[in-house]
Amino acid sequence: MVAGINLVALRAVCVKRRSKLILGPVSLDLKGSGLTIVLGPNGAGKTTFLKVLHGIERISSGSVQWSMAERSVRRTQSYVFQRPVMLRRTVRQNLAYPMKLLGQQASKIDEHVIYWANQIGLTEMLNSPATRLSGGEKQKLALGRALIRKPKILFLDEPCANLDGRSTREIETLLLSANSSGTRIIMATHDLGQSRRLATDVVFLLNGQVHEQGPAEDILCSPQTSEAKAFLKGEIVE
Amino acid sequence: MNEIWAGIVEAFRLIITLDRDLFEITLRSLQVSMSALVIACIFALPFGTWLAIRRFRFRRLTIATLNALMGLPPVVVGLIVYLLLSRSGPFGVLGLLFTPTAMIIAQVIIITPLIASLTHQAMRELWAEYHDLLISLNTTSRQRILTLIWDGRRALLTGALAGFGRAIGEVGAIMIVGGNIDHATRVLTTAIALETGKGDFALALGLGFVLIALALLVNFAIHTLSRTEQEGTW
Repeated sequence: MVAGINLVALRAVCVKRRSKLILGPVSLDLKGSGLTIVLGPNGAGKTTFLKVLHGIERISSGSVQWSMAERSVRRTQSYVFQRPVMLRRTVRQNLAYPMKLLGQQASKIDEHVIYWANQIGLTEMLNSPATRLSGGEKQKLALGRALIRKPKILFLDEPCANLDGRSTREIETLLLSANSSGTRIIMATHDLGQSRRLATDVVFLLNGQVHEQGPAEDILCSPQTSEAKAFLKGEIVE
Repeated sequence: MNEIWAGIVEAFRLIITLDRDLFEITLRSLQVSMSALVIACIFALPFGTWLAIRRFRFRRLTIATLNALMGLPPVVVGLIVYLLLSRSGPFGVLGLLFTPTAMIIAQVIIITPLIASLTHQAMRELWAEYHDLLISLNTTSRQRILTLIWDGRRALLTGALAGFGRAIGEVGAIMIVGGNIDHATRVLTTAIALETGKGDFALALGLGFVLIALALLVNFAIHTLSRTEQEGTW
């Protein structure tokens, strides 16, 4: 991926469920580097937008065009869900799972598991059942499990929702580190503070439509639409 | 009441004196039912899991049929297997009628829908939990099925034990296809039916107690080996 070159292009993408329009029509381009924050209130369509990009949400019309070959798109992506899904296994086995799927050697898997357990601060808990971890620990494990595959693109759906300040900071540090190592991050949130801390560019969604898109400084400091202005002021936007 | 007491005494006498016939019958019961269970699990666990994760045109009909087959009358199964394996039947040339193999075949047919249906129900819940993650990780159907079976193994154990319970307690089908031949196809249930027919209630009860003890023992053994209670939250 080269900075500045478009990573993905969405053209008139719509998602309908039971004839109700959930998202769209959305047309936008995302560049090949940086950390994009998808901003918007609850129900704006952020999760659907991320799932469409990741290819796990079927679009009703339009097109999603990646700059890389169709076949390798999903293999180079990871997704962290808002409510982390823990396999009913130990922390070690959860971290190892994506690598096992890729058929990696056991010694290499062990090496990576230990490295990432250390990165996410769960070394002491490697042999504990993942389902017994706290909310913050589960989210860190989900992030470690996503990053262990060294994805080119990482999607995160409100990864710090319901987490305390310390856990949020730890996760943000991991994200910035991954981003500086070349992982393209696209993250949904409605946390303005987090957007200001992390974003290089912002997509503002409301009622399933993109109201604004551009560099973080432009959108966060001088939004153009009244909806974005209201949202950034902390007003309730519907 | 006297007959129940006499049954308990007889059961103890048979066990303590290491009665050869009892041990032979018990071992055969275990051999037939465990073989049927293993074979049924090989088919039923992946099929039930596949049914939970796959959407296809006649899925609802398939599930409804599977659930209906849970109540398959063993006598009818026995009759059909008898006709298939009898000399004039399509598989008569194999000479399997009145052998433990025929009994295993009948039991497999009886318990496979039961285990598959229970597997489907257990896996449906686990799939709902894992769906997003496994789709996101771009897993193949085979990887999904193996992951669900491994992570849901404790729930599947209940299905397998229900299948074992049905197999070990089954009498109608194996009586027809096995023939209850002494030292060949006699198992605990057919022996109980025979002794009851002969009016030897004490021995029949004794065998009944052994059968119950065996079923409990197998359940405890499997639970202990799989450490169901030790890793509680799973």
